[in-house]
Amino acid sequence: MNSEQPEEHRGTPIGRRVFLGTLGLGALGVVAAPTLQRGLEAFLGSAADKDPTGLTGLLPNGGGFRYYSVTSSVPHRNAGNYQLKIDGLVSHPRTYTLADLRALPQTRLVKDVQCVTGWRVPDTPFEGVRLSALLDAAGVTAKAGAVRFSCFDGAYTESLTLDQARRPDVLVALRMQDKDIGHSHGGPVRLYVAPMYFYKSAKWLSGITVTEDVKPGYWEDRGYDVDAWVGRSNGRDDDPTS
Amino acid sequence: MILRVDAAPQAPVRRFGRSQKWVHRATAALMGVCVVTAAALYVPQFAELVGRRELVVRIHEWAGLALPVPVLIGLASRAFRADLGFLNRFGPHDRVWLRAALHRDKRRSSRPAGKFNAGQKVYASWIAGATLVMLGTGLLMWFTHLTPIQWRTSATFVHDWLALTIGIVLAGHIGMALGDPEARRGLRTGSVSREWAEREHPLWRP
Repeated sequence: MNSEQPEEHRGTPIGRRVFLGTLGLGALGVVAAPTLQRGLEAFLGSAADKDPTGLTGLLPNGGGFRYYSVTSSVPHRNAGNYQLKIDGLVSHPRTYTLADLRALPQTRLVKDVQCVTGWRVPDTPFEGVRLSALLDAAGVTAKAGAVRFSCFDGAYTESLTLDQARRPDVLVALRMQDKDIGHSHGGPVRLYVAPMYFYKSAKWLSGITVTEDVKPGYWEDRGYDVDAWVGRSNGRDDDPTS
Repeated sequence: MILRVDAAPQAPVRRFGRSQKWVHRATAALMGVCVVTAAALYVPQFAELVGRRELVVRIHEWAGLALPVPVLIGLASRAFRADLGFLNRFGPHDRVWLRAALHRDKRRSSRPAGKFNAGQKVYASWIAGATLVMLGTGLLMWFTHLTPIQWRTSATFVHDWLALTIGIVLAGHIGMALGDPEARRGLRTGSVSREWAEREHPLWRP
């Protein structure tokens, strides 16, 4: 080493140690994640309740809902122009306005919401019309075996078997967290399938079609499970929500 | 303090060759794509603005996968490998630099540096390791059926928190570059002024 290049080629290989140390910490993080996550969730969950800035919502596991949409923009619908069409294998197809739906008996459920990407929002009230009531009113024919949902974002679809659709914890929801459902949460009307991962709870619900067989929905065409029971599908073991 | 009396224009000093410039450019572009798409997937306001979730996920995955490629290609260049050597090796002066940085001592005399200062060395090594951790955890989240359930949840946890950390550190990296036009010129044109080199990297012998 000549004196023109002081210590640049000698010296301790600390860069390599920092590099390997970071990799090691990453691996350790994956191993320790379940423990760390439980602690952080408890802490951030309670912090989020008292946080007026909403910044905790941006932290991982910081509590609260996240906005997912599969299209670039979604039209807005309100009481003036919202319509929900029920058709397919039914004896009385019909179109409901928002006022029609509000006039029907409402059911309120308070359960956890679990997203398949990991976030969970505890004790979230949903309120609306039981899907079974709408199906009964429409008169499902004997051949029917499934229900397919379409949305006014123009792309999203979902489906349930008829037995799943008739569960008492499946709602055509008009209210969430005791407020009318806003646009970003899928308002004015969204599906709420309490026992399943939240991708089943299609936002911006505009059509209910009774069919013979289940046809996989948007995310299910892209690898998610059709029967999306929380804790028993999609390779996850979350606590059941309903 | 040294009073400089050189009015004469000085020949610029060669700091980076083509390989280093392009490795940095390509890595920065891919990292930028990762950060922007991550924001569109993660921050509710951006998610609402952008939508198109599936497309954004695909772009994020492929940009992440490609992120180490420029450095790997750069290894073919002798000049790039030499710089990696500089980044790796820490001398006694780097200890002085780090201690001064911890004490917010901004005096030139307490910040001795070779071609790269100790902060740049630590940053380079850390961001390289962090990128690979992001790549590994990202792959676990991408190919969900290859590993047990718990791995995916844990990988998501590390990926999320490390993403936040990288975002902050990267903002610092960019902020410091914005505050030093001559350093940016070095990466843009390959050359810096001798005055800057002697001031910022007194132990560097180009």
